[in-house]
Amino acid sequence: MTQGEQIITILIAAVATLMTRFLPFVIFKGKKTPKALDYLGFALPVSVFGMLLVYALKDTVVTSFPFAIPEALGLIMTSIIYLWRKNTLISIALGTLFYMFLVQVVF
Amino acid sequence: MEEKKTLAALKAAFPHTLPILAGFIVLGMGYGIYLRSSGLPLWYPTVISILVFGGSLEFLLVSMLLAPFQPISVFFLSLLVQIRHLFYGLTLLKKYRGRGLKSLYLIYSMCDETFSVNCSTEVPEGVDEGCFVFFISLLNQSYWVISVTLGSLLGGALTKYSEGVEFVMTAMFYVIFIRAMEKKENRISGIIGVVATLFSLIVFGKSVFLIPSMILILIFLFLFREKIEKGRESV
Repeated sequence: MTQGEQIITILIAAVATLMTRFLPFVIFKGKKTPKALDYLGFALPVSVFGMLLVYALKDTVVTSFPFAIPEALGLIMTSIIYLWRKNTLISIALGTLFYMFLVQVVF
Repeated sequence: MEEKKTLAALKAAFPHTLPILAGFIVLGMGYGIYLRSSGLPLWYPTVISILVFGGSLEFLLVSMLLAPFQPISVFFLSLLVQIRHLFYGLTLLKKYRGRGLKSLYLIYSMCDETFSVNCSTEVPEGVDEGCFVFFISLLNQSYWVISVTLGSLLGGALTKYSEGVEFVMTAMFYVIFIRAMEKKENRISGIIGVVATLFSLIVFGKSVFLIPSMILILIFLFLFREKIEKGRESV
């Protein structure tokens, strides 16, 4: 690929991305939000958070060593710290450090 | 007065972006290092991060840039990977619309993390909502672009002790998710999201499962609409 073709490739990816971002706003411009959409606005985010959680874990190795044990322990640690301190950032940070310790030292 | 309002919004927004700062430093620098190690020019990571600004597609782009020129497949692959932005746009329609130039920037800078924060965070009393969501978006994108640039400049010198840091993203989505699930009226939607995605992942495999997941989620959200709406009203 020449550098010109590479730049075109990057621009195509950018345009496709912008399309997915602007489409909902172009379609519903100036209109009142339909009821079904208002419902989705309430229910969808929680489903999407669930989806992103699974997405973030998609490369976890389940069927061979280490059998997703570091991920499971990392999430359990994150939960314990969250339930104890009710602080998002601290639970994310300590959960991650614990996971790093597991994959670098233990497994 | 106008300046004071802007500053107050920036101050209110900043703490909410800290987990993303941590996550983006790690992933962004990793991306910069990865892209440079593939032999592409020094300025690519920064330019891609500004133009495309979407983690998973940016990673995919590296392999597409090294392959023969295929504009059409690049276009459709990008649409498929980024189609979740449609959902984000629909969800944030009300919050993002009618803010002039700010709206343009808000829509352009949408990403998973910015969506999560702008969707789940209540704007503090007395803070301008438009400025608040604008700064969340601007800070998040700045973190990403700066981290990617740093990574591409530093190269491979830092990778030795960082194994496992990518878990910061998993932990972030996880905590946001359990925070939502603490509210009773969110539980059915949350379970639908996890179960539909897990099912698609197992059935369709990890390269294509996102689209079937989204379709399944929509179907089940409408099947359970009455129940979920009831829970919403009882709050």
